Amino acid sequence: MTDQQPAIRLSGLTKEFGAVTAVDHVDLEIAAGEFFSMLGPSGSGKTTVLRLIAGFEQPTGGTIELFGDDVTKRAPFDRDVNTVFQDYALFPHMSVLDNVAYGLRVRGIGKSERNERARKALAAVRLEQMADRKPSQLSGGQRQRIALARATVVEPKVLLLDEPLGALDLKLREQMQVELKEIQRDLGITFIFVTHDQEEALTLSDRVAVFNNGRIEQLGTPAELYERPVSRFVADFVGTSNLFDDDRSRAILGRGGQHSVRPEKMTVGAGAGEAGEGVINAAGTVVETIYLGSGIRIVVDLDAGLRVSVLEQNDRNRRHDEDRGDRVVVSWHDGDVVALGGADAAAPAPA
Amino acid sequence: MRLSRLSRTTLGVVTALILVIVYVPLFVVLVNSFSTSTSLTWPPPGFTLEWWQKAFQSAGAMEAVLTSVQIAIIATLVSLALGTLISLALQRFDFFGRDAISLLVILPIALPGIITGIALNNFFRTIMGVPLSIWTVVIAHATFCIVTVFNNVIARLRRMGTSLEEASADLGAGVWTTFRLVTFPQLRSALLAGGLLAFALSFDEIIVTTFTAGSGVTTLPIFILNNMFRPNQAPIVSVIAVVLVLVSIIPIYLAQRLSSDTEQKAP
Repeated sequence: MTDQQPAIRLSGLTKEFGAVTAVDHVDLEIAAGEFFSMLGPSGSGKTTVLRLIAGFEQPTGGTIELFGDDVTKRAPFDRDVNTVFQDYALFPHMSVLDNVAYGLRVRGIGKSERNERARKALAAVRLEQMADRKPSQLSGGQRQRIALARATVVEPKVLLLDEPLGALDLKLREQMQVELKEIQRDLGITFIFVTHDQEEALTLSDRVAVFNNGRIEQLGTPAELYERPVSRFVADFVGTSNLFDDDRSRAILGRGGQHSVRPEKMTVGAGAGEAGEGVINAAGTVVETIYLGSGIRIVVDLDAGLRVSVLEQNDRNRRHDEDRGDRVVVSWHDGDVVALGGADAAAPAPA
Repeated sequence: MRLSRLSRTTLGVVTALILVIVYVPLFVVLVNSFSTSTSLTWPPPGFTLEWWQKAFQSAGAMEAVLTSVQIAIIATLVSLALGTLISLALQRFDFFGRDAISLLVILPIALPGIITGIALNNFFRTIMGVPLSIWTVVIAHATFCIVTVFNNVIARLRRMGTSLEEASADLGAGVWTTFRLVTFPQLRSALLAGGLLAFALSFDEIIVTTFTAGSGVTTLPIFILNNMFRPNQAPIVSVIAVVLVLVSIIPIYLAQRLSSDTEQKAP
């Protein structure tokens, strides 16, 4: 299936609101059947890209192709994509069944057929018993699933999800993440998922695009983003990172440039630290230990002038507790140090 | 908030006084409609239902009611259509001069009636060369009745946001289908509230009506003014006034209940 058209191809996509460039020459291909996430802080342009794909906004420049068709100029009702809105946007004056059947109704499908298909879609999200209720009588998680049923009943080629889990509490969110993934596998359609929650993006996605200032900062699989962030922004935004600027890199790592090390790749010990090939040891003082249940976060001020965060597993090998003010040695392996490039990379080394 | 005993009493007395000043005259009118005196004297010398009977038999009064109702209904319908369209235009689309137009739409309700009256009178007769009739009254009333519809509808549209309409378009509905199935049902109660207020506004309007009504077009307020100081008609006027009060209260009450959930009250 390598010769298949991509589900979505964005070429030089640009959107300006007055003087503000919300989306800045974005090029992107999303494969058919992919679970694709657009991750970024608010104002990074991810939602605008979604709205451009849906057709709610007209781009200032560039094109949008859907399975090879240029849909840039088409109205939202003329595109084979459907959206699950952040606030769900269920029609409050219609029953749940009428909401789900809406897309079929406006396509002129007869009442009995559309109700039957809507009931099937409701069954798929396990809410068939709610068919006659009004949306206001449902809980947040139920509304979320109705919105999903309404968007998928018309069998779109691509489903756009705009922070669909943002309004749910943590437990429900984790449960819905699993359900979303199952539904996506069952339907086999492309999901484009917008979120500012990096954990959610890593958990759900085949690939993730990290947005910053209207551009894609990094595009890759969750493992690539986490293990090999290309820039300080990605290292900082996706997970937690200990960032070494140019000076600290020279002092501690012995080379210039910007680097990052994940907290779980570091260990804290007393005495001289670990020995071995490629192991870096740095002495410091414990500032804070934070008990997390499954793990313990230890914040250490290194003598070289950098505050690092170390994440240790709360497993059976853990013998001692560090206290504030204890002298310790933080150790990590040089292979776990990631050199950061990108626009915000190191300034030229001073002579 | 806690108030001292003295300020509570003072505020209570002031409130009672104001309510008395507003409602006692209305009460006097009610009593006069049952009084045996023909000259609105006080206290009433006796009780009678004669005036109520006469009022309902008076051809002039009945005709005036019918004229007022006709004008109010047509002016309301025109306002509903135009008010909804202008609200949609101003709330859902961005164009040059949007704020200016928004102001121009609301202005007629703030303009003194006498100015509107003179201006329209001049416009119809001198510039357009149209003879004054019942239709010139309808057009004149519609100019300010639009405002109540506009205020109610635009407040609803603002609160509703665009996501329902986007969802509808997203699911494949064209512009007209979206309006019919999604936007209009959401506007229904706002339209009812705006329409009732518009009706009430038109029904008792007198200043603009005086300047724009053709000869022979007698609305209820004009009928009352003409008969107020005729000795034998005064009690009948009281009866009509009482009926008018009752008829006005109902739409205002309904409109207030319907729009109590919108953040912006219509004037």
